[in-house]
Amino acid sequence: MTTGTPLCPECDAVILIPHDAMENELLSCEECGTELEIMCLDPIELELAPEVEEDWGE
Amino acid sequence: MRVALLVTHIRAEEKLIIAAFNSRDISPDIILDRELNFNLTQGAEQLAPSGCAWRDYDFIFERCVSTSRGMYALAILNSWGLRSYNTYETAAVCGDKLRTSIALTRHDIPQPHTRVAFTPDSALQAIENVEYPAVLKPVTGSWGRLLARVHNRDSAEAILEHRQTLGDYNHHIYYVQEYVEKPGRDIRAFVVGDRTIAAIYRASNHWITNTARGGLATNCPVNAALDNICVRAARAVGGGILAIDLLEDATGRYVVNEINHTMEFRNSSKPTGVDIAQEVIDFVIEQVGAIA
Repeated sequence: MTTGTPLCPECDAVILIPHDAMENELLSCEECGTELEIMCLDPIELELAPEVEEDWGE
Repeated sequence: MRVALLVTHIRAEEKLIIAAFNSRDISPDIILDRELNFNLTQGAEQLAPSGCAWRDYDFIFERCVSTSRGMYALAILNSWGLRSYNTYETAAVCGDKLRTSIALTRHDIPQPHTRVAFTPDSALQAIENVEYPAVLKPVTGSWGRLLARVHNRDSAEAILEHRQTLGDYNHHIYYVQEYVEKPGRDIRAFVVGDRTIAAIYRASNHWITNTARGGLATNCPVNAALDNICVRAARAVGGGILAIDLLEDATGRYVVNEINHTMEFRNSSKPTGVDIAQEVIDFVIEQVGAIA
């Protein structure tokens, strides 16, 4: 994993990546609350997570 | 043992499940539902997005947050003879509140008084049949989305007009239930095979008590009556790994409200002291191992 500082694509806040992070894991930006998806771990690449769809759930 | 873990993305539950597999020296192949591209006539010889032929998997563990993707993927994979948790049959029943109600009725399992109608006029009649307040739910959907507690005829007419205006035909299937006066909480119980491994109370000042909507989780001891109704309800919908949501009515009787086939449990292991992910994975490994 690279040591570059990942930023929220929505508000540019620094995103803290958990040590056990996985690709395609969801994270929330602590500043703006936007849900993000880790697309790549090396180098860290974040995208806005997909919007919740009507059939999402349990 | 070769396992495909089918997901929409990785949430807290999937991380716990992967850790539980890893603790038994199994590294599941994570398959994203967005990457699926099935040839329906080629069968299990074709390659999964992982590069492994589908037939080489001992089982598929379905954890899609997208109900439709997960359900149709299971329909295809099960039709090829692949084993999965849960099965398509179970997912198809649990993913549809109307079909769940039919299954519960067939197995004589207590549930709220429920009616179904297909037009605003007949739905209004159905609401008045169950009496105010009534609860109007979409037949598909989760996390308490688009639930409406209907207190009187004015609000019934307004909600029905809104529902009829929504484009998706699913909103024109009017699934109406009596409102069960519950003691500020409901119960979520986790059934694995033939065992209720744990349960939580979900308390809220709001009538919708889902933890996704802020309901507070505390341990609910699993007594014999709770275990009995939960295991029977799980069997009624086809069995597997299921979360049973129950209400306690004014007499203290349990009624089954709904059943979830890709359960969320991130808030439940701590209050119950039960490692739900590990219980689930150990059950699956044992089942598959017994058949192999």
